[in-house]
Amino acid sequence: MKKVIDMRGVVKNYQMGEMEVHALRGIDLEINAGEFVAIMGASGSGKSTLMNIIGCLDELSEGEYYLDGEDIRDLDADDFAAIRNRKIGFVFQSFNLLARTSALENVELPLLYNRQIKMHEARAKAAASLELVGLGDRIDHEPSQLSGGQQQRVALARALVNDPALILADEPTGNLDSKTSVEVMKLFQDLNDKGITIVLVTHEHDIAEYARRKVVLKDGHKIEDVILSKRRQAETDLSSWQGEDE
Amino acid sequence: MRLLVLLKVAMKSIFKNKMRSFLTSLGIIIGVCSVIVMVGVGQGSQQKIEDSISSLGTNLILVFPNYMRQQGVSSGRSGRESLKPEDPAYLEANGKYILAASGSIRTGGQIIGGVGNWNTSIEGVSASYLIIKSWSMESGSFFTQRDDDTKKKVCVIGKTIAEELYPDMEPVGQRLRIRNKPFTIIGVLAEKGENSMGNDQDDIILAPTKTVLTRLRGRDFLNQIYVSATSEDDLAAAQAEVTELLRLKHKLDYGEADDFIVRTQTEITDMASATSKTLTLLLAAIAGVSLVVGGIGIMNIMLVSVTERTREIGIRLAIGARGKDVLRQFLYEAITLSLTGGILGILLAAGISSILNHFTEINALINPQIVIVAVLFSAAVGIFFGYYPARKAAQLNPIDALRYE
Repeated sequence: MKKVIDMRGVVKNYQMGEMEVHALRGIDLEINAGEFVAIMGASGSGKSTLMNIIGCLDELSEGEYYLDGEDIRDLDADDFAAIRNRKIGFVFQSFNLLARTSALENVELPLLYNRQIKMHEARAKAAASLELVGLGDRIDHEPSQLSGGQQQRVALARALVNDPALILADEPTGNLDSKTSVEVMKLFQDLNDKGITIVLVTHEHDIAEYARRKVVLKDGHKIEDVILSKRRQAETDLSSWQGEDE
Repeated sequence: MRLLVLLKVAMKSIFKNKMRSFLTSLGIIIGVCSVIVMVGVGQGSQQKIEDSISSLGTNLILVFPNYMRQQGVSSGRSGRESLKPEDPAYLEANGKYILAASGSIRTGGQIIGGVGNWNTSIEGVSASYLIIKSWSMESGSFFTQRDDDTKKKVCVIGKTIAEELYPDMEPVGQRLRIRNKPFTIIGVLAEKGENSMGNDQDDIILAPTKTVLTRLRGRDFLNQIYVSATSEDDLAAAQAEVTELLRLKHKLDYGEADDFIVRTQTEITDMASATSKTLTLLLAAIAGVSLVVGGIGIMNIMLVSVTERTREIGIRLAIGARGKDVLRQFLYEAITLSLTGGILGILLAAGISSILNHFTEINALINPQIVIVAVLFSAAVGIFFGYYPARKAAQLNPIDALRYE
């Protein structure tokens, strides 16, 4: 199996004023291609820090990190930007779409920073990506014209558009009601079934149950790393929901 | 990110805040417009001065009395008396490159004649004055050297006086009282209209030099001497000759300073336009200040925009924009704002100039050089004042920027 994430003894320290904060105290983590991993932990557990490091938004203090086989240490800011662009697709809690910009243009955005892709290709790829998340008919809508669930789908389409090695989702259901949350989780599961690697950071246990593997952090240590043999199926939950509605 | 995409992004964010973008550009619009109009007006007035001086006469050399003696000690009033009534005739008779020379003694006063009275200026000149000025007569004739020598009380009047005092009759042959001295009108000058300063060139009476000197002024020196060179190429030679002859005539010893000043028309044009050049420069500088103020306005709005769009910057950085991509994005936005302002400013300036030219006495020229300079300058303002906010945006940390509320 190809390793998408290979982390050994990762330590992250912050300087907060006079105090040194040890956010991560030696994390080993391997994630293979095609996995669906939920990273859990209470606030202050270091899960956000870990996500930032996985997402190449932040540098690690000690340890080793290989992303898709590439050594992440000793890279400059521009290389970091290029890796975020090509290898990682971000999905955020607050969607983080550009306001007053159509869904298509939002999805197209990462491609504009990728010099290998020509402009007419970018448009076609963005449209295909929106099709994949089931919003093929809403490409001209602006975020304000879309529901929360639809906005998160646009964000997911944007994350997918550059064919990344990894989708990194930070509390993707945090701003959604429970039914929409399950719909979004179904989309994640469908994408995972197609072979896309997903890392989901959440503090909600029921959301984490849709993943195939659960990693729990506490005080900067990994305290649990288990395969969820009985994972929840979003599709089943949705159909039971529909049953209740009727 | 590619240039075209960047420009598109810049245009888009400018159009998202139409009012704000317009007001921001307004500083540049006004700045560029005022630079162009101010310089245009300055150059227009310069042009007018040059035109009016060249209309003074052909191949003209002017001689003035010298007010100053050597070593900065002023000669006082007596210095003004250095030009003698005989000097013009002497120059005309002895100068190889001198076509004609005429003295000029000016006075003014109330005149009575025809249907009423009028206040005007009276200039005493030689018979050759008409040739020097290349003026012509509408009726009658100009006075002769003999009239001058005999101090005859004859005069030639301008068109304005003819119209004011003799509306329904032929002025030639009529009697006219200048400061209560009777004169006979022997001719009317052809109409010349207003000069560039707005003075009526037809509101004048010309009389023989000696007549004016003895009968109206009672003195023995000239205000200035007009000399016409034989040709334009001989101007410098004629100037040297005038100096030489006058020194001889005034019996100045070797080493003694000239008691007169000789200026060619070109020199006078240069001197007159030097003032208006300075004025043009001053106007441009004042207008330039408004351009800088406009630039500060752009910087201000760009700083606000960067703060406002911190989240957008965070998103862009997270999905793979490099610092320089963000820098360029904001820089192009600032340049687009200032350049659009610059172009609108040029159009506005063109409009204002043509209104000035059509509806007022002010003559404004649009100088293509200034237009190019204004465009480049406004782009430079965009780069200069846009760089700091853009760099601020580029240096944001994506994690902090994404969390920014």
